[in-house]
Amino acid sequence: MEETLQIEKSTTPLKEREDVIKVEKLNKHFGDLHVLKDIDLNVKQGEVIVILGPSGSGKSTFIRTLNALEEFQSGKIEIDGIELTDDLKNVEEIRKETGMVFQQFNLFPHMSILRNVSLAPIWVRKWKKEKAEKIALDLLDRVGIPEQASKYPGQLSGGQQQRVAIARALAMQPKIMLFDEPTSALDPEMVNEVLDVMQTLAESGMTMVVVTHEMGFARKVADRLVLFDKGEVIEMAGPEEFFENPKEERTKAFLSQIL
Amino acid sequence: MYVNNIQQEGEFNSQLEVTAGTHLKRNNNSNLSESLKKNLFDGWKNTLLTVLTGIFSLIVIYQVITFVVTNNWDVIYDNLRLLMIGQYPIEEIWRLWIALDLVSLLIGLTWGLWKGAGKAVAATFGSVFFVFAVIPWTTLNTSLNLTASIALIAVGYFAGDRLDGLKIPTLILWALYIPLALGLITGFGGLLEPVLSREWGGWLLTVIIASISIIGCFPLGVLLALGRRSELPVIRYFCIGYIELVRGIPLIMVLFIGQLLIPLFLGGETGIDNVSRAIIAYTFFAAAYLAENVRGGLQSIPAGQYEAAQALGLNKFKLTFFIILPQALKAVIPALVGQFITILKDTSLVAIIGLADFLGTARRISNNPEYLGRYMELYIFVAAFYFIFCYLMAHVSRHLERSLSKGNQ
Repeated sequence: MEETLQIEKSTTPLKEREDVIKVEKLNKHFGDLHVLKDIDLNVKQGEVIVILGPSGSGKSTFIRTLNALEEFQSGKIEIDGIELTDDLKNVEEIRKETGMVFQQFNLFPHMSILRNVSLAPIWVRKWKKEKAEKIALDLLDRVGIPEQASKYPGQLSGGQQQRVAIARALAMQPKIMLFDEPTSALDPEMVNEVLDVMQTLAESGMTMVVVTHEMGFARKVADRLVLFDKGEVIEMAGPEEFFENPKEERTKAFLSQIL
Repeated sequence: MYVNNIQQEGEFNSQLEVTAGTHLKRNNNSNLSESLKKNLFDGWKNTLLTVLTGIFSLIVIYQVITFVVTNNWDVIYDNLRLLMIGQYPIEEIWRLWIALDLVSLLIGLTWGLWKGAGKAVAATFGSVFFVFAVIPWTTLNTSLNLTASIALIAVGYFAGDRLDGLKIPTLILWALYIPLALGLITGFGGLLEPVLSREWGGWLLTVIIASISIIGCFPLGVLLALGRRSELPVIRYFCIGYIELVRGIPLIMVLFIGQLLIPLFLGGETGIDNVSRAIIAYTFFAAAYLAENVRGGLQSIPAGQYEAAQALGLNKFKLTFFIILPQALKAVIPALVGQFITILKDTSLVAIIGLADFLGTARRISNNPEYLGRYMELYIFVAAFYFIFCYLMAHVSRHLERSLSKGNQ
């Protein structure tokens, strides 16, 4: 199991670690709409960042620019030392190093669970089928659904599908995991099974950027919280400070609406 | 849970669709007289309707049976060989039997290995062979050969049923079948006595044109559909132009263009015979329609599928090949098979460019003074043959659809 995820849980304190995500002065427009305004954000290795904010604040758009699912107009993104440019090679390299989990799971409905998880390692990482499937089964075991490997996504519950999606992203052995509202499409009773997997992953030392509305998770797991509003970073702080002693008025207003 | 419910509902609906018929039957069986009474003799109006339709049906059935039994079918059996293989030289006919034997074996193997729709295909071919083997006016040679074909279906089935390892050889043989059969029919470019395409005819010619066109138009259509969505303007506009141009021209004209313009462009002595030109015309014509069907499937794939595949690092080619195309093609199987059935039937238009396909041969026979006015028997025979094979395709398509949608929405 240790072999399946090559995360070196660093013993050095968070502050002294390297930045694996560097975002500088990021700007994005949808036509006339200025959706991301001068975003600066650095993420250290093994750090868990939770991004909060009202809908339409640009938080999903931001996380999607990190692995080039969205284009940006100006600024600089560097993932694990690779700069995100128009160059397809860089884009592919960055996508290899970042796993992404979507709100709507987006499993491939025509493939078995095992094939969903092992497809990319076989065809992108060029692993042997046996190796990829062994790792896929280990990962399915990790997310708690080893018995579903031969089923199809349509036969699984939402929570199970999302856990498969996490396993699928992890199978590529990424350095960074991006979560775009992973529990928003789930029935309430299934939210926790997914959050538990994410928490275990965070504790194992994975670098994570999570867009979510789950305040309990944010408080418990996040190293830093970021509040987005109207395309801007309003506040960035550790969980204690963010929840107990926010500096900005808009953060206070947001928290009072949510809590 | 929510997703689960939807799924269960979906399954439930599809089960309803599939089993509704048998449900009715089961009720009938358990309580025949009661349900008969309820369904057919419920009140005097229904009783009257039942009696009237009953009488009408009996009259029609009686007429049909009388016609089939008492009618003189000699026009069919005198010309059976002409209808099936045209002018194909009789001393070379063994090649056709080998081609038929091979396809029988493959059908049997496929049935044994994968079960499913193979059964219907094997049953249909077996029945047709059987009917022609036992009707008294086929020659002994024909009967023996057809019996051999039936036996080969059985052999294939049992071999496939026992030996799982035959899957890959079977697939390879299927892929090689068309070139192999064509080689046999034409004589492998001089290895055997060459049989020119002008000597092909009847059902043989129809099957050759239809199967090559179907197999050829499929990849072409898929490429055109993908090209129509390409980000490169040159490719996109070329594909749009091609598709719209071809869809704007009648098939008959495309056939004429094939006959007249191909030799004109490539020079008179191109060595491309009439049949090949017809096949090229059909292939390029059908590809345009197929492309539009496939495009419909491509558009039904949600954006999330592209994003998930991209996020995993799959490049454009792998994304299309592994994620998008399988789902898109599955979604349009009914339309694709409809297209294939259309191609099979449209091959009858080659008669107007002077080829003697199945229907064309029937028409020529009916023009023969010896059989004046006997077109009815010929056309019934031709229609029955077309129907059997078109229905078989539709049946296989339904089966394919059902087995592919197992386990997912």
